[in-house]
Amino acid sequence: MTSAISVSGLVKTFGPTRALDDLNLDVQTGEVHGFLGPNGAGKSTTIRILLGLLRADSGTARLLGGDPWKDTAALHRRLAYVPGDVNLWPNLTGGEVIDLLGRLRGGLNKARREELLERFELDPRKKGRTYSKGNRQKVALVAALSSDVELLILDEPTSGLDPLMEAVFQDCINDERERGRTVLLSSHILAEVEALCDRVSIIRNGHIVETGTLADLRHLTRTSISAELAGPPNGLTSMAGVHDLVAEGNRVRFEVDSDKLDPVLKQLVSSGVRTLTSQPPTLEELFLRHYEDAK
Amino acid sequence: MIGVWHLVRLALRRDRILLPVWVAFLVFTTLSTTTALQELYDTQQSRDLLGATANANSAFLAMLGPLHDWSSLGGLVVWRWGVFAGLFIAIMAMLVVTRHTRAEEEAGRTELIAATVVGRHAPLAAAVIVAGGTSLLIGVLQALVLIGKDLDPAGAFAFGLSTASVGLVFTGVSAFTAQLSENSRVSNAIAGGFLGVTYLLRAAGDAAGESGPQWLTWFSPIGWTEHVRSFADNRFWVLGVSLAFTVALVGVSAWIVTRRDVGLGLLSARLGPARGTIGTPLGLAWRLQKGSLIGWSIALFAVGVIYGSVAQAVGQMVQDNPTLGQIVSKIGGADAMVDAFFATVTQLIGLIASIYLVQAVLRLRSEETAFRAEPLLATPVSRWGWVASHAAFALAGGAVVLAASGLGLGLVYGVQTDDVGGVLPRMLGAALAQLPAAWVIAGVALLLFGLFPQLTGVSWAVVSVALVLTLLGPALQLDQWVIDVSPFTHVPKYPDITAGPLLWLTGVAVVLLAAGFAGFRRRDLTT
Repeated sequence: MTSAISVSGLVKTFGPTRALDDLNLDVQTGEVHGFLGPNGAGKSTTIRILLGLLRADSGTARLLGGDPWKDTAALHRRLAYVPGDVNLWPNLTGGEVIDLLGRLRGGLNKARREELLERFELDPRKKGRTYSKGNRQKVALVAALSSDVELLILDEPTSGLDPLMEAVFQDCINDERERGRTVLLSSHILAEVEALCDRVSIIRNGHIVETGTLADLRHLTRTSISAELAGPPNGLTSMAGVHDLVAEGNRVRFEVDSDKLDPVLKQLVSSGVRTLTSQPPTLEELFLRHYEDAK
Repeated sequence: MIGVWHLVRLALRRDRILLPVWVAFLVFTTLSTTTALQELYDTQQSRDLLGATANANSAFLAMLGPLHDWSSLGGLVVWRWGVFAGLFIAIMAMLVVTRHTRAEEEAGRTELIAATVVGRHAPLAAAVIVAGGTSLLIGVLQALVLIGKDLDPAGAFAFGLSTASVGLVFTGVSAFTAQLSENSRVSNAIAGGFLGVTYLLRAAGDAAGESGPQWLTWFSPIGWTEHVRSFADNRFWVLGVSLAFTVALVGVSAWIVTRRDVGLGLLSARLGPARGTIGTPLGLAWRLQKGSLIGWSIALFAVGVIYGSVAQAVGQMVQDNPTLGQIVSKIGGADAMVDAFFATVTQLIGLIASIYLVQAVLRLRSEETAFRAEPLLATPVSRWGWVASHAAFALAGGAVVLAASGLGLGLVYGVQTDDVGGVLPRMLGAALAQLPAAWVIAGVALLLFGLFPQLTGVSWAVVSVALVLTLLGPALQLDQWVIDVSPFTHVPKYPDITAGPLLWLTGVAVVLLAAGFAGFRRRDLTT
């Protein structure tokens, strides 16, 4: 596997603010990579550096084997970008913008353009100023997805889309994966990343705090257990890896570190289990823990 | 009307720098013009001479209007500064009203406001109060400055309120144009076009002399201020016309507000093509800039036509007036007078055209801050190519608008003198000779954009300084080195157009443009 994007030690400051602080990011060719973080964590700044719109203060960034600042035009021929905040020219129609961006990239797939317009239920004849936020987003998505490029860089591409359209978007990304394209998907919508991404990098305060497959990351997380026991629970409080234990009579609720699951379950069984529900960790929890830890 | 005072406070807060600068600029210029004229015409004899020439000279009449009272310093101030003060205060009112009405609506912020406890009319009312109030403040301060110079208080107030009245009228005009289009640029363009017509109608009426269509001035809000005859007759009642016109415009605008949806205009948007044909940055720039280029070309052609039609009268007047003829014969006779007229007019046209150039360059910045540059620069379009696409409209577009004015001047004057073939090329040349100086101004704007993007707006200050230095510099008795700061000072005067200064002005422009290009290639995209 080669790297489509490889970033190391990236630093970017805006006046007194350190937007990126020694950021490392690696996106393999052909994968859908989630770039996850709260607002203001540095996702858009990283993407703008990768696009050669901003210049890094230090560190190196390689994109499709080139330097994003120096080889800008050549690299841009091979990628498509959807900004988080799509602004259209008020007097151009959506269709004109799609065709303009496609032509500037060196042509777009006409059949695919039509198919995407239909799937996203977008009227390309409306003027830019009359589109809602979600529809502006669709214009940028159709323009990006209908061009034949190797890499898609999507900055919070579903903000403003309704759940139905979000499902369409997920289908489209899965299609892209099958076509063998690389996707960098920045998001703070965790369900989307969970559903789509092969690997995830979590960014906090301009620094990648975690990177890996979802399975890798789950090792660091907890499973929620709630159970009704035959008798009063014993010994759980003192066990390593058990957190937030609530016991009401024979009922218990608690969270357990995933790698301590085995001994804890054995302990439960020793009290006699009537009912048991367990929930796998969601990315939400993973996310919250990272930011709670930061406080 | 609930909530209007909150919105007034919001507007004042947002304009806390802009408005004081406008007030200070207009009041200070009144003061310095008065001081300069006081020193320049310190004897009654010199004022009589001015009175005899000013009202007999069509160029003066077209540019400044008639001199009604040359017995007092106040009369001279009204003549030299009145029309310009009206133009400036009109631009102030226009920009302020659009900024707080249509521009807010276009940006979607009015929606945010309208969802709170705020009356339907409050945003319009607040904009009218702020622009109208600032106009009145400028008028009153102007009057106080003149009274401080020991001038007749009645005349001082007649003049101050005349200036304010133009501000009020254009508050009303912009309140109205803001209702028409969904686009704030278009509403400013319509209001600006009306201002141009206002100036030209009175220019034509004033220059026509008693035999011509002098009544045209009664169709111009700036013409009305001339009919007040401040310091001469102080006809305050004429201000009632301005007031009535303003009230009518604001009333109609308020009525339209109750009839239309927030965010939409009267000129409604239609569906457009589903497929696009634009495929290059230049194609996009053409689409974005062509409206402005065509509008400016038509406007400057009209300016050319009007001044061209006046030119013959300049020569005629010298022949009709023996006293004037004697004076004029010393400087070279009637032909020299006409040449001097064209020299002044082409310089004025060059200055006006530089506004177009700066506006075309600044489109780059507004595309950048609206995040519309970002998706383009994420395609294979190079930074150079994107900047060049808009800069082309400033540089080549500047040539187009200047040529349009030269065409207007040459055709009309050529037909009148039966010598289109001879006159037209000379007029085109005289107009296009202004191009290198306008390029220098555009170069400064591009330099700011490339190196100091946050300060791009300073380009307008650069245009204003060039305007003031060139139009008022001599009257203000500024040192020559100060006047030399304006590139238009160095443009050779018609008919003695030499290549030297044009070449080095072009050189300066090239250096400025290159620095701007280089700066932009190196910097981050910012908002």
